Amino acid sequence: MSSVLSIACLVALGSYALASVLVLVRLIAGPRAQDRVLALDLLYLHGMLVMLVLGIRYGSDIYFEGALLIALFSFVSSSAMAKFLLRGEVIE
Amino acid sequence: MSAELPIGAQVAVAVLLVLSGVFVLISAAGLLCLKQFFVRMHPPALAYTFGSWCVALASIIYFSVRESSFVLHASLITILLSITVPVTTLLLARVALFRRRVAGIEGTPPPLTAPSAVPRGRESGPSRS
Repeated sequence: MSSVLSIACLVALGSYALASVLVLVRLIAGPRAQDRVLALDLLYLHGMLVMLVLGIRYGSDIYFEGALLIALFSFVSSSAMAKFLLRGEVIE
Repeated sequence: MSAELPIGAQVAVAVLLVLSGVFVLISAAGLLCLKQFFVRMHPPALAYTFGSWCVALASIIYFSVRESSFVLHASLITILLSITVPVTTLLLARVALFRRRVAGIEGTPPPLTAPSAVPRGRESGPSRS
């Protein structure tokens, strides 16, 4: 791992961490439930991006499958919570 | 790390990674700072599109140059996101509209299916079939 790529990975991971903290503030202080669902969806995206950057950082293919799984879980959980807020039940 | 990449590929991957970090940071700051929910739904689109595209492109460039062949599997993530994110966003927008309507906030547009229906006040619950 060269120094240019290593520094860029560190910068990207640091900015993801800072962005996650900002989103976490919105998740805790969100005035209504839909704000919290939106913030949680964005946190899932940050986790997925962290997995992809770690895959580049360590030069490994394994992280890609983790990122794909996180993206799938993000869609399932967010849509389930949105359906719950819309109807009061998830499966009708 | 076994093989060093050529300097052009390194710089391209580094620039894409830093750019994605900047986009994600801007979207998170927008989510934190904007005032209304419907305005607040827009900044995450920046992270969903440009943030993830930059990282996927960086991953494609890195693995393709390292293994000297096209390794395109990171584009699966952009395809998956472009399918699933509009569904989630649309559901959340409908949730916000429905909950505003149930709470009886002024200025909420009435539902299109029942033109005469005024925003229903405090009913028993959001159960509607």
